[in-house]
Amino acid sequence: MKFLYDFSILTNSIHQMLAASLSPLWVFIIELVLVGLVFLGFYAILGLFLVYLERRVCAFIQNRLGPNRVGPQGIFQTIADLVKLLFKELFVVRKADKILFNLAPFIVIIASLMAIGAIPYAKGLHAIDLNIGVFYILAVTSLGVVGILLAGWSSNSKYSLLGAMRSGAQIISYELSVGLSLLAVIIFSGSMQLSTIVESQANGWWIFKGHIPAFFAFVIFLIAATAETNRGPFDLAEAESELTAGFHTEYTGIRFAFFFLAEYMNMFLAAALATTVFLGGWMPFHFFDFSGFNYVMDFIPPFVWFFGKTFVVIYIIMLFKWTFPRLRIDQLLTLEWKYLLPLNLLNIIVIAFIVLMGWHF
Amino acid sequence: MVEKREIILGENEPYVINMGPQHPSTHGVLRFELSLKGETVFKVVPHCGYIHRGIEKMCESNTYQQIIHLTDRMDYLSAHPNNEAVSLCVEKALGIEVPERVKVIRTILSELGRLASHQLWWCAFGMDLGALTTFFYGLRDREKILDIFEESFGSRLLHSYICPGGLMNDVHPNFKQRIKDFIPYFRKKLPEYDQLLSGNVIFKERSRGIGMLSLEDAISYGVTGPSGRGSGFSCDIRKSQPYSAYDRVDFKEILFTEGDTYARYRVRIAEMWESMKILEQLVDQIPDGDYTAKMKPIIKLPEGEYYQSVETARGELGVYIVSKGDKFPVRVKFRTPNFSNLFAINHMAVGHKIADLVAISGSLDLVIPDIDR
Amino acid sequence: MNPVIKYFSEIVKGVGTLITGMKVTSGYFIRPKEIITQKYPENRDTLIMLERFKGEVVMPHDENNQHACTGCGICEINCPNGSIQILTAKITNAEGKSVRVIDKHIYHLSMCTMCGLCVKTCPSDAIVFAPTFEHAVFDRNKLTLQLNKPGSSIKKGVKE
Repeated sequence: MKFLYDFSILTNSIHQMLAASLSPLWVFIIELVLVGLVFLGFYAILGLFLVYLERRVCAFIQNRLGPNRVGPQGIFQTIADLVKLLFKELFVVRKADKILFNLAPFIVIIASLMAIGAIPYAKGLHAIDLNIGVFYILAVTSLGVVGILLAGWSSNSKYSLLGAMRSGAQIISYELSVGLSLLAVIIFSGSMQLSTIVESQANGWWIFKGHIPAFFAFVIFLIAATAETNRGPFDLAEAESELTAGFHTEYTGIRFAFFFLAEYMNMFLAAALATTVFLGGWMPFHFFDFSGFNYVMDFIPPFVWFFGKTFVVIYIIMLFKWTFPRLRIDQLLTLEWKYLLPLNLLNIIVIAFIVLMGWHF
Repeated sequence: MVEKREIILGENEPYVINMGPQHPSTHGVLRFELSLKGETVFKVVPHCGYIHRGIEKMCESNTYQQIIHLTDRMDYLSAHPNNEAVSLCVEKALGIEVPERVKVIRTILSELGRLASHQLWWCAFGMDLGALTTFFYGLRDREKILDIFEESFGSRLLHSYICPGGLMNDVHPNFKQRIKDFIPYFRKKLPEYDQLLSGNVIFKERSRGIGMLSLEDAISYGVTGPSGRGSGFSCDIRKSQPYSAYDRVDFKEILFTEGDTYARYRVRIAEMWESMKILEQLVDQIPDGDYTAKMKPIIKLPEGEYYQSVETARGELGVYIVSKGDKFPVRVKFRTPNFSNLFAINHMAVGHKIADLVAISGSLDLVIPDIDR
Repeated sequence: MNPVIKYFSEIVKGVGTLITGMKVTSGYFIRPKEIITQKYPENRDTLIMLERFKGEVVMPHDENNQHACTGCGICEINCPNGSIQILTAKITNAEGKSVRVIDKHIYHLSMCTMCGLCVKTCPSDAIVFAPTFEHAVFDRNKLTLQLNKPGSSIKKGVKE
């Protein structure tokens, strides 16, 4: 199958240009630095944009305008906020464990930074294409909970500790649902490599091809991923009205900004993963055999498709947060162990049966 | 010499957390001293007094007209009933009958104030439970009522409008029309409250069976107002001792017998509907006449003790004035509803989680300056 | 009821209520016309203040720089927290009598609670509320105002 936009040509040409003049070691190092810089820039810009987006979306939901003063339509508001946070004093509580206290934000932010490299943004446009991509992302994102636990423990604050403990219980349980709902698509596509999963959706997205069970898995993934990113009705680790700010109560300045950015990037990751796995990633939308319609769709660049779908999912996740009341910790665990997990297991059995009989497209 | 001690948390040591005085969900400067076991609360000690201003003492050096503006600052969300309580008490002592127009307008204002207060409570209760959007929807509708207030007497929160003998000035000519516009608007918006929060399965799970307060406990703690009526305690002063124009309007006293947070929530939502019913009955019946009775410029109450209670948005507010025939009262005592309501919280919250404590204190609709005075 | 049916019907009902809530919020999201935010400093020209708004106490002067305040001090007596001070001066009038007239009507805006007793009790209606609201200043002393303009005098016909 041929794709109009193939970014592997671009990346290969850069590689060959470097290889022509430099030794292989230098090529490797330069490419590493280049990719690192590109992703850092991408991370920062996307994080800031997501903060702005969330503020605008929630403002519109709440009959408000939201930030609209700094720059046109207020798009530089988050940059101004970041500059303010950069200049703030880095405050450390007395008797806090200084090493862990300083380390925690970095663990959180690195966990989310490591994961965004593995997502295919377009054909040939990903930093690393592991053959266990799904597994890698799951493993790396759940590292973030270590940072949260450390932050809560080292802050020497009771609220922080409670928040961290809640977060630990929450993420460990919801990890199961995220993994199992992704397993649904792994069964369908027969691969854990994200690029293969995307290419297996060239003739239709898994959410359509996989009948109702795939849709079910998508919904469960959305709920569980929202819970894993500590957002929406599941923001028990922060729980503004109960624990003031939970695990990051004692953090100020840029350390706080790290937690903040990481939260938004985790949300992006969850949405991007949902897009890649269920909604066809960068694949354009094809409607059966309408070749004219499909041909026009092919002309839209793949990253437009990717980000378009991702932002739709992000909007749904934001809508969760701004509509629902927060769950209590025991209800949160009840939801996981009594509802999501059994339903998920049932769902996987059904999916396995469908695949066995070859009923999916 | 101070002995140095090291406290190690063990099995039997409570994990003590100070919730407040600066905390997002205490709605002011209230402090809860919580003893926890894990997340479960097994003791709540409310500490009040952070915003004590000595209003009762200040009243002793103010004339009866001047007391009015102090009562605004107790329960700032139901300023009208607070003003009305003192005014009624003074009028009762002097034996003055206020004009019919004053009575009807006072009742309308009390009900508008109740609506505004319940709307703000709904916003804040949603916020306590983590539904952040409720805050803006409630405030949006409350703004319409505040505009009515602002047009008639120039202030949005602390009105000082009802004074002994009547009203400070006559209501604005647009007053009637504004209320007539507001009622259909709010009738359209109130079902949205139900769709967003009341029917929500998470909200129901969070509030049902939480913070049980039986009828006996409600009576013995003196929990009045919507919080008491959620436990089936028939304590509506508007029904039992009608004042102003409450004896001529037709309304139901909302009673729920469950006694949990969800019942208290539903009482307030139902009271909003009832308030609108009262407003609809009265708004066309404002008689013409004076806006105040004939009063002397200096009010001297005859020697004696006087008591008057009114129903504010939070419960029974009692005013007790002791006079020695001077222009200043000798002693003024306010029986404020929030003070009694607050101290039932230990009874209600024990055995629940921290998150439930926030829901319970939200469902009591606490206004902290009213507790401390 | 069969526990299995109950289990699933609970889930369906619960999801139904959640979708009802999301309908409300996303309904407002796609109707930006209902936004109620006012862009304050930009709309200052078109901002309509209701005429009875209690912003601060002012003393209206007519074109001859005359006001109606006699300096009787009733407002000072009625003010609950002493935000009004009347400073009087003794002068000799045209008939050769020594009379007490107002020198300065001092108004502490920082202390005022806008209870309206001074305006209500003023026998000559010399002071009224003005609907101004931009009172923020950098120096607290600027909130102590003199209500009668310098060089002003009492209107004719106002009873002393």
